[in-house]
Amino acid sequence: MQQVFKRPQSLKDVQTHFCPGCHHGTIHRLVADAMDLHGVQERTIGVASVGCSVFLYGYFDIDVVEAPHGRAPAVATGVKRAKPDNFVFTYQGDGDLAAIGTAEIIHAANRGEDITVIFVNNTTYGMTGGQMAPTTLVGQKTSTSPYGRDKSKDGSPIRMAELMAQLGGVAYSARVAVDSPKHVLEAKKVIREAFGYQVQGRGFSFVEVLSACPTNWGMNPLKANARVGEEMIPYFQLGVFKKEEA
Amino acid sequence: MSKRLFVKGNEAAAMGAVAAGCRYYFGYPITPQSDIPEYLSRELPKLNGEFIQAESEIGAINMLLGASATGVRAMTSSSSPGISLKQEGISYMAGAELPGVIINISRSGPGLGGIDASQSDYFQAVKGGGHGGYHIPVLAPNSVQEMYDLTLHAFDLADLYRTPVMLLGDSVVGQMKEALVPNPRPVRELPEKEWAVRGKGSAEQRVVKSLFLGDGELEAHNWRLHAKYQVMKEKECISEEFETADAKLIVTGFGSVSRIAQTAVAMAREEGLKVGLFRPVTLFPFPEKALAEAAGRAGRVLVIELNTGQMVEDVRLSVGAAAKVSFYGRPPGAGSLPSPEELLDVIRKNYDQAPQ
Ligand SMILES: Cc1ncc(C[n+]2csc(CCOP(=O)(O)OP(=O)(O)O)c2C)c(N)n1
Ligand code: SF4
Repeated sequence: MQQVFKRPQSLKDVQTHFCPGCHHGTIHRLVADAMDLHGVQERTIGVASVGCSVFLYGYFDIDVVEAPHGRAPAVATGVKRAKPDNFVFTYQGDGDLAAIGTAEIIHAANRGEDITVIFVNNTTYGMTGGQMAPTTLVGQKTSTSPYGRDKSKDGSPIRMAELMAQLGGVAYSARVAVDSPKHVLEAKKVIREAFGYQVQGRGFSFVEVLSACPTNWGMNPLKANARVGEEMIPYFQLGVFKKEEA
Repeated sequence: MSKRLFVKGNEAAAMGAVAAGCRYYFGYPITPQSDIPEYLSRELPKLNGEFIQAESEIGAINMLLGASATGVRAMTSSSSPGISLKQEGISYMAGAELPGVIINISRSGPGLGGIDASQSDYFQAVKGGGHGGYHIPVLAPNSVQEMYDLTLHAFDLADLYRTPVMLLGDSVVGQMKEALVPNPRPVRELPEKEWAVRGKGSAEQRVVKSLFLGDGELEAHNWRLHAKYQVMKEKECISEEFETADAKLIVTGFGSVSRIAQTAVAMAREEGLKVGLFRPVTLFPFPEKALAEAAGRAGRVLVIELNTGQMVEDVRLSVGAAAKVSFYGRPPGAGSLPSPEELLDVIRKNYDQAPQ
């Protein structure tokens, strides 16, 4: 029988600690797939951030440096400048990248560091128990916005992929989702393409992935998955916002 | 033989870094240390190295963390408020056991304070300025030559013990110009960096981290770090003594103030007072034993600092009941450093009280 589907080589054969219905696992798979496609596993150095994804060295079979909360783009800058022949990526949540780490992401992007950033947007701080994030939707209730996010008080959800596209050093910026087979296939293509930018030494590439956090949204996996399409995608539109031609 | 140069302390430290093989520098401007990034921004590109002016001190220390994780020699420098911002990264580097050199040409505080010479960052430097309970070696140069020599030494210590190392100067040693003989010493025998990330190839995965969640893992890690600090205390203390053998009063101070104190001690000797100088060069590990010995012989110690009293606590702990300890502080604000005459006066007063 012909095998048509298998675990990517860059992903270890272990069970994840993610909650049922969490999209981190799917996104890990897609990242590993892109590593396999470009044949970079053996020269990859991943930079782990703080949040539910911090254990990525337990899942990816690659060398990893762990960064303080929000600082992964600066850590990746140091890694890549010291070892320009390595493939370097960060994997960061929205609390990590769009709140505490805003300065680091904007400046790494603006310098055009030759790294790839996978940005997982689940509109909340997952690991610490579902507090309001910079990406929390207006009206969304969280443990620190119990009356719903109030635009006049808390500001508007940040659209990072669009923001990144404005910066001179960014070669590639896109937003994808993994809530349906169609979106997963699109996400797979986009992550592969973003990795390709670094493989060709073309500068900073950024992929925002809309993701479910059933646990902190207080929803079962199916409802949480549906929320991505119903509430998140209308505000965080999918697409490629910047793609520098060679 | 190397020729004699006439350079600033900050430049000497930058030259020492280059001589140590450091090719990666990450920093953010702040007075009085900006000569260091300025020098390295000129020199590192010529050596195929990298200079990055980071977006902040937080960015800079984390770039250092990333570069050090790959095994290269790398450095950052700053001054007091910037060092406060770097503390998060220093704690992470201490936790992940990453080498790296941090130069702190400290200024006066707290807060924005001023840019004059001060020694008010002693606590922050030697007691583990970040969270989590750790130490890093701290070296306190008092001359342009030592800015160079101790920077070289700092890189060796960092690699030998897998730890960040701080060179703690101030605006006097950073900004003054004097002779430098840039003679790189032979390096110590250093272990292979078998922990550094490199892209695993077909070999075992390497992970640089400070997160330890398994049962007992973090406790074991902390005991291991503690043991490392004990080894440093045994092997890495450096101090300098001047006329201490027959002294009845030991004057002690670190860094720039030790130079003024030494002049005052020499003046006191001319008056026939049996006074000696003990200068800690390593502030962590603190040269407890050597100081206790000198102090025990003399019975009295006078601590001079450009603050309201920080190192004096370590002096008291070191000498215990063996000597009486007094303190003279000149925190910044008066607009000047103490003169040798001022310190001689303090020495005379304390000498009269010395046990005969
Ligand atoms: C300096 C600092 N502040 C706060 C925390 C606590 N903290 C741990 S994870 C986290 C939120 C992570 O949220 P996000 O980046 O959205 O990732 P997720 O867990 O949702 O995947 C926070 C605030 C920390 N570790 N360090
Ligand atoms: S808390 Fe949310 S983000 Fe974290 S693993 Fe669970 S579902 Fe995923």
